[in-house]
Amino acid sequence: MTLFLDIVAGAALIVASIFGLVGSYGLVRLPDAMQRLHAPTKATTLGVGGVLIASMVYYYRQEGTLSFHELMITAFLILTAPVTANFIAKAHMHRNIPPEDLPPTGTDRGWASFDDPPAISERTPGEPRDPI
Amino acid sequence: MRRLLPHPLLTLTLVLVWLALVNSFSLGTLVMAVILGVVIPILTSPYWPGVPVLKKPLSLAFYCLLVFWDIVLANIAVAKIVLFRPRDRIRSAWVVIPLDVTSPEAISMLAGTITLTPGTVSAMLSADGRSLLVHCLDTDDPAAVCAEIKHRYERRLLEIFP
Repeated sequence: MTLFLDIVAGAALIVASIFGLVGSYGLVRLPDAMQRLHAPTKATTLGVGGVLIASMVYYYRQEGTLSFHELMITAFLILTAPVTANFIAKAHMHRNIPPEDLPPTGTDRGWASFDDPPAISERTPGEPRDPI
Repeated sequence: MRRLLPHPLLTLTLVLVWLALVNSFSLGTLVMAVILGVVIPILTSPYWPGVPVLKKPLSLAFYCLLVFWDIVLANIAVAKIVLFRPRDRIRSAWVVIPLDVTSPEAISMLAGTITLTPGTVSAMLSADGRSLLVHCLDTDDPAAVCAEIKHRYERRLLEIFP
């Protein structure tokens, strides 16, 4: 049983490190800043996830208890990664992409950080309660 | 009651998160967890005035599992593109997704899901909150990407947050 758990933990570590490496390599290789954003938001999620699985299995083997810390780290990572990516994307768009180069929104307002939201009096019922 | 517990679900989540962080169960940690779970929602409720209505908690759990599975697939797909695709043959595109979901919670969940799943990063919301700008790492057919996101994720979120 311990051998089996060792193999599982080892496999998780190897898979995780491969994905971490690929994510970092993508950061170097992809030509455009928006494309570079794809590599760390995804590859790294699975990379860190794999390390956490390995850590859980290892501590289960050593101490026979399941630790919840790893699950919490995963949850926080999944909550924060998209927000960070969104902020980086917005900062990049502000510095390097003029709003004319973006596709039209298809609604009567522009993109959020280039245009003002509708005034509260203009909102019709059923509209988003608080757009950005 | 509404004053004391502005967000009952947030309270429950905070209690569980605190217990998981302490990683042991005793009366003391439970009391501390309940104190945090009551105080934090009261302090933050001015920034989160609406209470999200959860119609189907089970579909939410299913949705999370689906997203987890898609994250794994997304990683493999992106890794393939990063490693094997010649640099000038990566066809990136902007995709605009008209939104049917209206509640802020559902929109942020959709945006987060899009960022974590295959080859797409959500970049910006329109100023009236009715369409979402998504950057796609590699696609032939932006319309198909939009249709898939709407069918796979948004349709389910609409059921969960009516």
